[in-house]
Amino acid sequence: MNNPADTTPPRRAIDIVNASLKRRYARERRFRWLGATAVTLGMVFVVLLFADIILKGYTAFQQTYIQLPIELAAATIDPDGTRDPATLARADYMKLIREALREQFPEVRDRRDRRRLNSMISVGAPDLLRERVMADPALIGTTQELWILADDDIDMLVKGYIDRNAPESDRRVSDQMIGWINRLEAEGRVAKRFNTIFFTHGTSREPELAGIAGALMGSFYTLALTFLLSFPIGVGAALYLEEFAPKNRWTDLIEVNVNNLAAVPSIVFGLLGLAVFIGFFGVPRSTPLVAALVMTLMTLPTIIIASRVALKSVPPSIREAALGVGASPLQTQFHHVLPLALPGILTGSIIGMARALGETAPLLMIGMIAFIVDIPKGFTDAATVLPVQIFLWADSPERGFVERTSAAIIVLLAFLFVMNLAAVLLRRRFERRW
Amino acid sequence: MYSWILMLVVLAAMAGAYQIGRRRAIASAGGPTRIKQLHSLPTYYGLYAALWAGLPALLLMGLWVGLQDQIVIGLVTSHLPNEMVAGLSDGRLGLLINDIRNLATGNIVSAEVTPEIQTAADQYNRLNRLAQWAMWAVVLAVALAGLAYAWMRTQPRLRARNRVESTFTVILILFSSIAILTTLGIVLSVLFESLLFFQKVSPLEFFFGTNWSPQIALRADQVGASGAFGAIPLFTGTLMVSLISMLVAVPIGLLSAIYLSEYAHRQVRAIAKPTLEILAGIPTVVYGFFAALTVAPFIRDLGLSLGLDVASESALAAGLVMGIMIIPFVSSLSDDVINAVPQSLRDGSYALGATQSETIRRVVIPAALPGIVGGILLAVSRAIGETMIVVMAAGLSANLTANPLDSVTTVTVQIVTLLTGDQEFDSAKTLAAFALGLTLFLVTLTLNVIALSIVRKYREQYE
Repeated sequence: MNNPADTTPPRRAIDIVNASLKRRYARERRFRWLGATAVTLGMVFVVLLFADIILKGYTAFQQTYIQLPIELAAATIDPDGTRDPATLARADYMKLIREALREQFPEVRDRRDRRRLNSMISVGAPDLLRERVMADPALIGTTQELWILADDDIDMLVKGYIDRNAPESDRRVSDQMIGWINRLEAEGRVAKRFNTIFFTHGTSREPELAGIAGALMGSFYTLALTFLLSFPIGVGAALYLEEFAPKNRWTDLIEVNVNNLAAVPSIVFGLLGLAVFIGFFGVPRSTPLVAALVMTLMTLPTIIIASRVALKSVPPSIREAALGVGASPLQTQFHHVLPLALPGILTGSIIGMARALGETAPLLMIGMIAFIVDIPKGFTDAATVLPVQIFLWADSPERGFVERTSAAIIVLLAFLFVMNLAAVLLRRRFERRW
Repeated sequence: MYSWILMLVVLAAMAGAYQIGRRRAIASAGGPTRIKQLHSLPTYYGLYAALWAGLPALLLMGLWVGLQDQIVIGLVTSHLPNEMVAGLSDGRLGLLINDIRNLATGNIVSAEVTPEIQTAADQYNRLNRLAQWAMWAVVLAVALAGLAYAWMRTQPRLRARNRVESTFTVILILFSSIAILTTLGIVLSVLFESLLFFQKVSPLEFFFGTNWSPQIALRADQVGASGAFGAIPLFTGTLMVSLISMLVAVPIGLLSAIYLSEYAHRQVRAIAKPTLEILAGIPTVVYGFFAALTVAPFIRDLGLSLGLDVASESALAAGLVMGIMIIPFVSSLSDDVINAVPQSLRDGSYALGATQSETIRRVVIPAALPGIVGGILLAVSRAIGETMIVVMAAGLSANLTANPLDSVTTVTVQIVTLLTGDQEFDSAKTLAAFALGLTLFLVTLTLNVIALSIVRKYREQYE
């Protein structure tokens, strides 16, 4: 105390702590802020992804039509007056549409201009008109105000994807065509109507004629068969592994296998499908059958793992009680344990199916990318599935396919949403805590 | 087509056999009142009969459907005139058979139709029809025979339940062996084709060559079709895209897992966690579309405004979007392991005066580290095997580059490009895809095995 140099009080621990507190609290706040930023970023990505797809895709649910007074001249459609479907099917409907268009624009005389005028109409319009006439032959000989499907360039123009003020050489629609469209719009002859073609037609090279019906049916057949195969096999395997299997090398090997298969890249399953199912067993390519076989192998691990968890959650007392009143082990399982575990098993299976619905890569290997216009009618018809259709359309250069791809994605996501919702509801409704 | 109907018929026969077997059992015991005479419940006699009626018939049918075409084709070719078949290579013979088949089914034929081919096609049709009828007859006969056997065996002393249950157990064992068969199938198919490939191209060139251009020259003087199979550019491309995706996914995934499990209010967690997991449920083709049409042009424009030269299919775009896809994967796995760290460790740290972030950084993370590393390894294996995003957003040109703004190609992209479309099974180009597949399978398998064993060991530690 007498030493003058020793006037400063001794540094106590609390002083050291106090001195560092400000820094430490600042670090605490920074860390917290970092975590919050990460969560926010993740959510922003979700929102961005959905906003991007929906903004790009919602316009595809409408399609531009041009209203034309079409004279369904009997001389062109049915010269003999027999109303024979074969004659009606053969008639030149394009001619009728072109004549109607020419009447709207009588001043267009140059051949080149006429061709341009005609190009405003979709090449699929005559087929739609034919369907209309064949469904109702009474129309023949009358003049009808009909909505005619417009070409995809016109569709894009009307929807505002083509900038009307851009230099003419930079856009796919000439000034002349814009003039015609403006006139038709002023007369109220251009309208966007609900795009039924998108839901009722197969794919096409023309965006305005392309639909997802074929891909949807392909997905349906594939998923149905996948479920029929993978559900019983998956549940059976889980039942055996969880309840009956003796602990030995073989069952250990199966366990390790199931866990690893769940993490094998999906494209490897495609290689397996190509080499074994197509190359060795000769299953026809591009069919829902071979797709379902590959998908079954892919979803099995998911279903097995989910089923085992569900079986495990059934308390042992149930089994002991059943065995105690004289049920055989198999009766115990099938009559008591399995029904109780079923909600959990179904939830897992639905999630597995949802994953199979969105899977693309292995299907590319087994020929599902073939260009198939027809809507498949069975398990052995050539088909494609919805995600592969999305992949194919995303590759197409036409502007019209961008919105259609996005719309197909919206439909796919809607199906996935419904499936996941079903799984969640199932779990909520039937989940039992023992 | 007819096979499906036959299958339904057999299934119907099984249902009928069930009823017959049940009735027969009750009758043999002497009426419904004396069921106790039976060894098993009547249901089991029904199942016994159904299994006998159905199983052999279905097995036979499966075999028949699998073999019919080969046998018919064999018969048809053996009847072709000798001078037509002699001296034909396998490929030519295959074409000829295809022609016959197409003619028979009314499709377009590649060559002109000679009388011989016409006869062969007629014969093909005739034999197929015959085989179809024979299948119906034989399968139904087998089903009936099975039923008759079960009928004869059904008497009160038959231990029906034991028989049925042991059959079911065998079926269950078969089902669970499918997992092994799948792995075996993958390994064998990929390995077999890869061995064929390595007979044509030396493994040394494949694993260490730096030039990848799998176009095989059709003519000797063709330009730019050297057929070089050096896979190093593919490996580096795959690594680069995976690295970029990890740089996105690991920090965001880990930090959000920490925030959600340690800091976030219960209500925030209840909303944020499922929202993040939506990302895991979105199909990869959607991410691919997003990467190719939104992110890649955005990065390109950004690069142009900064004066950088960005490829339209840059590794950066594919990696970024793949990272977004993997975020929930990392975050949910880390969430599990962070929650598994016992509360006592945290309490001990707080008692010593540590702040929450100090506790997390110095206590919780080190304790959870093995699990987190395991999760990240699983995520890496996912990134390496991911296909659609890179197919749609990364390029096809095999550049050996370290610049993420360049276009690179990956192993999975090359597998897809080599195998889509029609190819001969024995060309080096097709086989190369299988060699790449083998590499991919082995690498991801190793990563998975390591990761799963780390995660499992870690879990045992705290249980």
